[in-house]
Amino acid sequence: MKKRIDTFWRYRNLLFELVKKGIKLKYRRSYLGIIWSLLEPVMTTIVLTIVFGTLYGNKDHTFPLYILSGRLLYSYFAQGTKVSLKSIRQNSAMIKKVYVPKYLYPLSSVLYNFIIFLISLIVLVLLGIFTGNYPTLHWLLIAFPLLVLLIMTFGVGMILATIGVFFRDMEYLWEVALMIVMYTCAIFYYPERLLKSGYSWVLTVNPVYNVIINVRNIIFHEAFNWGCMTYACVFALVSVVVGVIVFHKNQDKFILYI
Amino acid sequence: MAETVLRVEHVGMRFNLSKERVDSLKDYILKSITRQMKFDEFWALKDINFTLEKGERIGILGTNGAGKSTLLKVIAGVFKPTEGSVVHKGKIVPLLELGAGFDKEYTGRENIYLYGAVLGYSKEFIDSKFDEIVKFSGLKKFLDVPLKNYSSGMKSRLGFSIATIVEPEILILDEVLSVGDAKFRKKSEKKILSMMDKGVTVLFVSHSLEQVKRICTKAMILENGSIRSIGDIDTVSAEYEEMISGD
Repeated sequence: MKKRIDTFWRYRNLLFELVKKGIKLKYRRSYLGIIWSLLEPVMTTIVLTIVFGTLYGNKDHTFPLYILSGRLLYSYFAQGTKVSLKSIRQNSAMIKKVYVPKYLYPLSSVLYNFIIFLISLIVLVLLGIFTGNYPTLHWLLIAFPLLVLLIMTFGVGMILATIGVFFRDMEYLWEVALMIVMYTCAIFYYPERLLKSGYSWVLTVNPVYNVIINVRNIIFHEAFNWGCMTYACVFALVSVVVGVIVFHKNQDKFILYI
Repeated sequence: MAETVLRVEHVGMRFNLSKERVDSLKDYILKSITRQMKFDEFWALKDINFTLEKGERIGILGTNGAGKSTLLKVIAGVFKPTEGSVVHKGKIVPLLELGAGFDKEYTGRENIYLYGAVLGYSKEFIDSKFDEIVKFSGLKKFLDVPLKNYSSGMKSRLGFSIATIVEPEILILDEVLSVGDAKFRKKSEKKILSMMDKGVTVLFVSHSLEQVKRICTKAMILENGSIRSIGDIDTVSAEYEEMISGD
């Protein structure tokens, strides 16, 4: 164990460099650069508000804020897991030639996307001011659900990174799975009707939805849902433990498959 | 008695050469149903044992596919051996394929930091050696150009300059003395020779027997993944010459 920590400490600079590379290269050669991480959620929120708000006759003026909060969290989870899934194969040239601890690849993918996600939260603050649901210090509490989301994304990302080495099909399967996750996140609809029906489980089993609920509760100054928080925490911890074990057991075989 | 810096014990490396690679779910299911999951076991290395003492320089000889590169990669830690163990003391610098950690979208400057980190250097260390790296590579003018616009010789020069900035205990060389143009080749050979003067231990693979004789004190011949012979340079290189002229 001590040896592992030493190795991690020796390669902390590489983790830092890989995170920096992810952020720098994501928007390199686009004219607006990092501004896209703000602009993209604004634009999708406008589209979703027009479709599911105006066209469906939803007059609630905080509806855009509701959409944006869900949409930002979901897209972090989706991006982070998708990039982790491909991370080992994408770095195969490096893995084949020099020794580096392999978990750095999924870990750095999850981290650099998290930093871009944190930057995009600026939009959430601005939209809060704009819609009259003013941000207060209370909003800082979203750090806790976001931390759970980060851990969850890392855990799921490690599992996917391992599977991704052995089965290329996982990339396509995961796209479909993410679509299911998205529709059961209640991003652009109010979940009440669904929750009262017999199908409420499709929402409540979704760990990302359980995080989104509490972020929204904080933003709209409503009571924190401890049940959902506990479920999300347990899911995050289990996924990290499973992810680390699965990854660790198989990492020596990666090189034979990439 | 000199100290032992590298100990390779009973190292074996097995690869599964499946006839067709199975990496999609469809293939996997179809093949396990039709029982076509055939794996051909292939031992690239078998029961390799040797030790190196500080300052020894060993040349590894053998025909293509004898396991030379696999052995170097096992020692460098890229491959985990199927059996046996490799114990080493001190820092290993593998000059296997230079610039393996480079990113083509990154500029030369950014790549120095990235590749340095891949080799496990700290940021402060790279900062302090930055000018020296740039000067040795002779690429000052191209520092802010993305790497994809570099020629392959320029990439190797940059890779060599970064990798050799530390003073390692063990240096692994795989055909790297043929990097860049004639001028740089001379410069890089000089640098390696000066490292040798300081007592670095070297593992060297080259197809040029001349070079091996010039640099190494010991040699080993690999044949089909096993050590055919190991000993001092003159006896082993004579045997190798006989071996390759035999057919």
